[in-house]
Parts: sequence; structure tokens; C-alpha cells
Amino acid sequence: MATEDFLVVHVLPKPGVTDPAAESAREAMTLLGIEARAVRSLRKYWLPAAALTTPQAEQFAWKRLASDAIHDVAIGPLPLTRLSGGSPWQLTRETISLDGLDDAALEEVSRQRCLALTADELRAVRDHFQQLGRPPFEIELETIAQTWSEHCCHKTLGSPIDHRGPAGEVHYDNLLKETVFASTQMVREQLGPDDWCVSVFRDNSGVVRFDGDHDICVKVETHNHPSAIEPYGGAATGLGGVIRDVLGTGHAAKPLANLDVFCVAPLDTPTASIPPGVIPPQRLLHGVVAGVRDYGNRMGIPTIAGAVAFHPGYLGNPLVFCGTVGIMPRHSAEGRVDPGDLIVVAGGRTGRDGIHGATFSSIELSSDSESQSGGSVQIGHAIHEKTLTDFTLAAAAERLFRGLTDCGAGGLSSAVGEMGAEVGAEVDLETVPLKYDGLSATEVWISEAQERMVLAVPPGDWPRLAEIARQEGVEATVIGRFTGEGRLVLRWNGDVVGDLECHFLHEGRPRRRLTSHYTPPAASPLAWHLDSTSLGDVLLSLLGAADVASKEWIIRQYDHEVQGLSVLKPLLGPTAGPADATVIRGVLGRPRGIVLGVGLRHHLGPLDPYQMAVGGIIEAVANCIACGADPARIALLDNFCWGDCRRPESLGTLVEACRGCQDAAVALAAPFVSGKDSLNNVFTWKDADGNLQERSIPPTLLATAMGQIANIGHCVSPDLKQPGSRLALVGASTAALAGSQLAVLGRVSGGRVPEVDLAGCRQVFETIHRLIQQRLVAACHDLSDGGLAVAVAEMAIGSGLGATVDLAAVPLAAGTPAATADDLTSLVTVAATETPGRFLLEVREEQADQFAKEVGDLPWAWIGTVTDNGQLALQAGADRVVAELPVVELAAAWRAPSHDQSSRIASV
Amino acid sequence: MLAPRALILRGPGTNCDHETAHAFERAGGVSRRVHVRSLAERPAVLDDFQIFCIPGGFSYGDDIASGRILALELSQRLGDALRRFHDRGGLILGICNGFQVLLQTGLLLPAAADGSLQATLAHNNSGQFVDCWVNLETTPGNCVFLRGLSRFELPVAHAEGRFATVSDDFLDRLDTGGQLVLRYANNEAGQPTNPNGSARNVAGACDASGRILGLMPHPERFIEATQHPAWSGRLDPEAAGAGLALFKNALRAVAGDDA
Repeated sequence: MATEDFLVVHVLPKPGVTDPAAESAREAMTLLGIEARAVRSLRKYWLPAAALTTPQAEQFAWKRLASDAIHDVAIGPLPLTRLSGGSPWQLTRETISLDGLDDAALEEVSRQRCLALTADELRAVRDHFQQLGRPPFEIELETIAQTWSEHCCHKTLGSPIDHRGPAGEVHYDNLLKETVFASTQMVREQLGPDDWCVSVFRDNSGVVRFDGDHDICVKVETHNHPSAIEPYGGAATGLGGVIRDVLGTGHAAKPLANLDVFCVAPLDTPTASIPPGVIPPQRLLHGVVAGVRDYGNRMGIPTIAGAVAFHPGYLGNPLVFCGTVGIMPRHSAEGRVDPGDLIVVAGGRTGRDGIHGATFSSIELSSDSESQSGGSVQIGHAIHEKTLTDFTLAAAAERLFRGLTDCGAGGLSSAVGEMGAEVGAEVDLETVPLKYDGLSATEVWISEAQERMVLAVPPGDWPRLAEIARQEGVEATVIGRFTGEGRLVLRWNGDVVGDLECHFLHEGRPRRRLTSHYTPPAASPLAWHLDSTSLGDVLLSLLGAADVASKEWIIRQYDHEVQGLSVLKPLLGPTAGPADATVIRGVLGRPRGIVLGVGLRHHLGPLDPYQMAVGGIIEAVANCIACGADPARIALLDNFCWGDCRRPESLGTLVEACRGCQDAAVALAAPFVSGKDSLNNVFTWKDADGNLQERSIPPTLLATAMGQIANIGHCVSPDLKQPGSRLALVGASTAALAGSQLAVLGRVSGGRVPEVDLAGCRQVFETIHRLIQQRLVAACHDLSDGGLAVAVAEMAIGSGLGATVDLAAVPLAAGTPAATADDLTSLVTVAATETPGRFLLEVREEQADQFAKEVGDLPWAWIGTVTDNGQLALQAGADRVVAELPVVELAAAWRAPSHDQSSRIASV
Repeated sequence: MLAPRALILRGPGTNCDHETAHAFERAGGVSRRVHVRSLAERPAVLDDFQIFCIPGGFSYGDDIASGRILALELSQRLGDALRRFHDRGGLILGICNGFQVLLQTGLLLPAAADGSLQATLAHNNSGQFVDCWVNLETTPGNCVFLRGLSRFELPVAHAEGRFATVSDDFLDRLDTGGQLVLRYANNEAGQPTNPNGSARNVAGACDASGRILGLMPHPERFIEATQHPAWSGRLDPEAAGAGLALFKNALRAVAGDDA
């Protein structure tokens, strides 16, 4: 066809947005000896002119080919005569007078400047500067806003709270310290000389002992708001940020593995119910998956664990969690800064990327966010982060810096501010290398340009550090020094543009006294909605349920084997069934392993935040235990994502969840080592009638468990191994079905929330571990979403073998009715209840007697056998088959093709 | 006799260098990871090695075409040194991105008379990155890396691995010349495992001498039985994985040449 038959659509990154392809092209041109002052990349699409008008083509481009947060679109010829460069900024010092402003006016200043500071806080700022006898400079106000942001300090969780809950009134002086931190302290005290925590809740990640030569560390972060607006860039930079958290721990840790968890609205959410400005969940999920894929794969860090959770409450405010595990030589977990150390920034150059990210993440999303906050979205450049990692680890090996941290939220202002909190620092902002001219001093200071680390370097080590940077092709620049004077002094070509007392900056934030209350929702009796379905149909629908169904379409896009440490992968067995946790070696060629599991009981959030938290932690730990992890070496992480915690009833659910974390950690002797909260996950929009609507996410705690196993040769996978083996169920089942997948599918409503028996769980965990160590377990799977029926189906799916299970033999908690053949609800209850703390184990026939002797005083029973007929048979009594399904049919339901829309959506 | 030495090239975006170096050591060799910049500054470093390996990764981000920029750098700054290295009996191995780089340099397969490349690794038919395990079969011919190997499994992890040639004629010549030494095969259930739509199921190819091999699958990711997705309860966790043989073959070949 001729060129006039096409409409040409150009999609190009907006000026200032990171453009990795252009930077690659520039490298190639340099190698060829061609000098380029500026390079830009663009994508060109040819659309059939007969099928589309120009406005339609433009509409299509914005919908499918471009994101208005980061792209420009041009239809037709693109006359490129020059690439904008910008001209150097001329020094101006804007002062902002807060004198005489009332609370309303102060709040208006905060809103207009996107500071996310409360009137209380601005009053404290005003008073501080009144004492100094001068108004604050803009750059000072920005620095305070970044440092005091919810993102950078636990503003809500660290506040004094008066709480009224089911257990009566409680006062917390610092909620987080008195619950989560306190549990860690208690566990460490109990461990005494065997304490294996190294550095917890202090650094960028939590550090624990691994083997004689190494410590390991772990961190999980959220990147919810940027991902809501630009899923690809938001998720990629979320992952990039948490990788730098691990890299920036102590004297630097080497990143070994990533995890990702996404919470999104159901993919079949009707278009009509999607508010304007909201990216449909289907597109959003593909975007965030692609972001993690392209960043993680390029970094050469395997993405080995994760989950996708669905709930209508995540529409407009999805949750994107990214986590990283790292390893470091022992005795290098403590970084520090000495007066006189040089401040060195290394890695990518600074541009206008992500201005106000830290404060933006503390502000609620609205349907206008996409246009208002585009400047907050960053695009990552994974290869810059890879070279920065190579450089940092090479420099760490030679001990060329005393401490380091990454430039994350708040950019240099947070990184230098945090590092210099004790000693003070002076920074010459004009020395920071820029992507392009024109950035003001404030922009340089708060830019969240990605892929940068800040190092504290003794002056004598600088020449060698600079040489390593040159060898690795990384830009490293001295931008100032740590002083010992306790002030943060910012200069531009020698002129002081900002001068803050470190003490005021870090300790001057007024603490708010908060009140919270929690009243459990009214209980309603359990009601069944099974209609005329059979047990087999229920099982098939459970396997295809969004939370349960295979995530293979995501897992296969991630390189989950790079670095060669992989032991138990996310897909296991000859026919690729699901794993519980995943396992990697810590060091190539050595037997000690790291086990990574996550737990999320988001459907319980609105019903019982305490049990939601406890259940999530139990699930994360149970996943690790099922693989063979040692229950005496499990470190926990908390990630709280909540709605509007300014409301006492929302804050009340957060307090209940914190209590749950504390109780679970103490009961399991599993210390929390790090965590993060993301509050204000609220989405507001105007409905068709112009009324303001608002939606909060369900209270969501993501629990991450990092376990250890002494010898990875002992790891156990869930896929069935041997026809003729016996199946043992360990742990008692109850009939509490609220929040279960049965409820999500609408088969039941009301009823009780499963209550965790923490002491019983600990006993089960220790027993399972002992049995695995004794090599008495051929396969092991924890019972989670969808209960026993889904668990045995998954074990069969991974192996291709069949199984027979007698539901009437399942051990029950006192008062739970047994399954009987002619009562469908009793069968479905036992088959699908999600009582936490249960495992299904395969035991080889020849080891059955020994197993029975060793399992000890626990609720457990033989409930079935492994068969070679490729069928899953569920029975009620020895000879009464109540459902029989071919495993291939179960596998097809679990692999539900409707969830794999990946091939139908082009690039993001 | 001294253990054979392998140089593992690394550069911006290389990310399989550690495990590849480990694989050579596990096979009994000595390996060194060397940055392309420092090698370009001192090409004579190559004289200390018998094996040159370009491991997997995303060299320079692969934003333009996979392997293109690193290939350009090698050709511009190390082309002669590498040809001399090969002429004196050195082995060259390119894994995944390394295979892509080797094809782009023209070291592995001959360029056309006008200097243009005749084979490439294009985007997978699926249009996506894929990490999965494949079954492989070999026709080793004179390829020293694959001696004694017939059928085995390895993982692949790539977005651009579809072997494609400028013409069927060129493909036929490679085929009859015995250079298409490694192919995706059917699994035990009889299903094809070609993950990317490669012409004639090609997973790896060697040069006419049999001493330069490029392959998409990752042998360094299967040197221990515990790296297999179905090992637990089925394989001895202390046993070696099938990929180790490839590294042992390489070491044996250069040790033999030295003797």
C-alpha cells in the first residue's frame, strides 16, 4: 500500500522523561566516534487511514500506545528540527512567608505546593523560622516536607494513639514501637545469646545472620500511587527502588532475588463501573507485570516469589509491592558517616523525574491525579542500575566508603538528610550532574531521578573510588561533605540557598495525638448458595477463582533462574504445578538456602483486621515451612496498606492489625526485621451525577517471611511423587468460612472468620520441620486459598499423578460437623474451609509406620493415597466416592485461559 | 598440568557472569570475570586464557537490537585479538545474549559478500520474554562443546531467541555443513518444546571449526541436579546437572590441545 493509505502515529517520551533506548544509541554512537549532543527515541505506528479518522487514531494512540503521564503523541509528519535542551538556571531565592497565616491558609500553602504537610506541622515550621527571624526559603520548606512525609517517617504508626477496641481502651505512645518493634525485642531477648537478628528496623532493609561468612537482608516496598497512574514505569521504578534499598544497606548487600505482589480489581470489572481517569485492571496488571519483568530481568535478579490478589476495592488504587533479598559479608551491616567524609553521588544523572514523589505517595488519589501528578512518575533505566550495582559492590569489596544510601523518595534531600542527620552536611548543588540544563536548586535537591546512590567516602579513598567508577562506566561526583556541625547547608555556586538545623529537621515534627476505635462488624449467620452444583463443580470453580488460578503467564515472563541459585522454583514438578514458597541457595556451590514466602488474607481485611494480619503471617510462614524451612530462623516483614487513617474507625482497624502482628510474631518466635506502611489509599472521583464518590482499599497487610534451610538437599516440593504413597493431613479443620474463596465466589455468605490457634500452629510448624528433616515427607503443601480440595488438586497438577482423599477422615476441631455423603454443605465445608495452620503431606508407603510414630501428639490423620490413574477422587467414607475428576480437567480449570490475556495486548 | 583458564567477559548489562564463572570452576577450570573496557585497554590479557565466554544478560540494555552494541564494541576494539585467539586454538562460547553478540560480530557465522549478517536471533514468536525448560538434542559433529551429548534438558530465558536466516539457501548450507548442532526436541509427552519459533528448531550453532559455539539455552543454570524444576524427591540432590558436561567438554578440549 502507498504511504497515503496510512496515518502515521509517533509516540515519544516527553522532554525530560528517561529514554533508555536513546541512551543506548548514544553509547553506540560514542563507540563509533560520533558525537551527539542529544538523542531521542520514538516509536512509529502506521494505522490504516481507511479505518480511522485522525481524532480516532489519536484516541487509540492514547488508549493503547501511549501514556499521557510520560509520552507525547504526534499524528502525521513529525518535523524534528531541534531537541530541546534547556538553559542553565539563574539563581533566585524564593522565600515563603508563613507569618500571620491561619490554619486554613497554611493548608492552602501545603496543597498548592504539594507539600502534604498538616496545619500543625506548618505551624511548627512557622514558629521555628520566626525564632530565626527570617522566612523559610522554598528549598527549606521542600526539604522539611520531604523529611516529614508519611513515606519517609512513620507519621501515623509512630503517633500516640488512644484506642478503643473489643479488648477495652488502650493507650499507645508509639503504636509501631509498642506492637511490631516490641515483639521483635521480646523474641530477641528470649533468644539471648542465640539472637540471629543483626540490624532490624534501622537501615534500608532488615539484616539477619545467615552462615558463618554472611548475613542476609530483605525489604519490601510499595509503589501504589505511581503505578496507578503509569503502571509500567511505576512498577519498574518500585522494583528499582527496593533493589537499591538492599544495595544501600550497611556497607552494601548484593541483591539475590525479587518478589512482587499486586492487588488489583477483578479483571472482568465492567467498563461502565470504572471511574474516569482509572486505568482498567486488565491493562494495569499487564503494565505492572511488564514493568517488573523488564527491570528485574535486565538487572539479572530473579523474580522468584509473589502473588496477585483481587478485590473490587483496589479499583483506582491498586497495590504494587516489590521486595528484594540480598546477601553481604558478615560484619558489614553497620554503615556510618564521619565528619569530613565526602558526599559522593553515583549513577544516573539528575533530571526533573519524580518531583514530589514522597509527598505524592501520602496524598490520596483522585480521578484528576493522572493530569495533576504526572511529574511524579519516573521511568527506570535498569542497565544504569545494573552498572551502579556492579560499581557499588566492587567499591564495597575494597571498603572505599563508610556508609551509603539510595536516592529514593525525596531524592538527594532525603538521602543526604538521613545520612547527615547526626553530623550535618554541606552540598554544592550546582555540582550535581544533570541530564539537561534548567533545573533549579530545589529541583536538583528533591528530584527523584532513578538509579542514584549517595556514598560517604573518606577523602583518601576518593581517587580509588573514582577509578573504579571509570572502569565500570559509572558517573561518580563529589557534591559536598559531611561536616560535624549539625546543619544542612545548601549552596549554589557558593551562595547559600538553604540552611537548616538537622535537629529541627529530624526531631522538630510535632506529633499528633490520634484517637481510634474498632467495633467488629455485626455477625451474620452462615448462609449457603450452592444451588444445584456438585462438589466437583465447586472444586473446578475454586481452581479457576482469580486469587487461586495459575499465575504461570506472569511467572514465565520473569527470569526466575538467573544467578543460578534456584532450588525450588515458583512452578514445580514434571507438569509445572504451583509452589508454596521458593528457595534459593545463598551462595553458589554451598548448601544453605534462603526460603521466601508471602501471605495475604485481604478478603478478611474488612471482616476482622486482627485475624487478617495473623492469618497472613501464618500463611507466609506456613509456605516456608512446607518447603523445609527451619521455624527457628524465620524473619518477618510487614507492609501495611490502609485507607484514610485520619478517620478513627480506619485507624482502629490498623491498630487491631498491629496487635495481630505482635501476637503472631511472639507466638512463633519469628521477629519482624523491617516493614513499611502506605496509608491514605483512598480514591475519589465524581460520578455521572457530579457527586463526589470515594472508595478505600480493604485493609491489607502483606506478610513476607524469609526463612532458612541448612541443606537445600532436604527441600520438599508439593507435587506428588509416587503412586501408592499415603496422604496425611496435619492440623485440625474448622467450619469458619467467612472471607474464604467460597465466600468470594458467592457460594456462602456470613459465618465466622477463621480464628488462628497460634500455639497450635507453632506446634504444627515444628513437627512438619522435624518430619522433613527426618526425610519422612515426599511432598508437602500448605492448605490455603480453597482449602484441602484445592491443595490436593494442585499437588496432582504438578505431577500428573492422581489421588484419592476421604473427606470423612479429615481431623476436625471440636464442634465441627463431619463430612457425610448425603450432605453437600458438610462435604464442601471440609473440602474448602481455609483454617490456617494445616498441611497435606505425601508419605511413602514404606515410611508410613515410622511417620505415624514420629508425628506425635497433634491432630492428624491418614486421609488418602496417591494413585496412578490420573483421577482425583473425593470420598465420604472408605468406599463412597462423592466426586471424581480427571487431573487434566483440574489443570485446565486452574490454568484458566481467561486469565491469560497477555498475548492480546501489545506493549504498554 | 595447570587447569585450563576461561575468561568470562562482562560489560554493562551482563548478568550471568558469576554463575558462568562458577560453572567453569565446578567443571575443574579456572575462570576470571573481565570487564570489556579493561580487556579493550589490554587485549593481551587474552593470551592467559584458552576459553573466551560471553555470558547471558542484556548488554547495554539490548534497547536497539539484542547484543548489537557489545558486538560493535568487540568488533571495533577486540576484533583482531579475538580472531588471533581463535586461530591459536582458543574456544569461544556465547550463551543467550552471548550468542546474540557472537552472531552480530560475524565471528560465529560468515557474513555475506557485502558484509551483511546472514543469521540473527529475532523476537520470539510469542512476542514475549519466556523462562521455561526445554528438551534438546544434539548433532555434535566437530563441535567440541557437545561431544558425547545426545539428549538433555536446559532452561531458556529470553525474548529474542528465534534463529532466523536471510535465506533458506543459507540455512540449508548451515544444516548440511553440520553447524546446526543443537535443536529443541519433543518432551517425554511428545510435545515440541521450541520456545520461540526458531527455524528448524535451532537452539545453538557452531562455526566451521567446531570451536565457536553459540546457544540460547543456559547450561550454567543446570550444573546441579537441584536446579531442575522436578528434582525434589526424584533426583539425587548431590548429582550434577546435564549442563555441566558442556563446560567439562570445553576444558577437556583445550587441555587435550595443550598436551
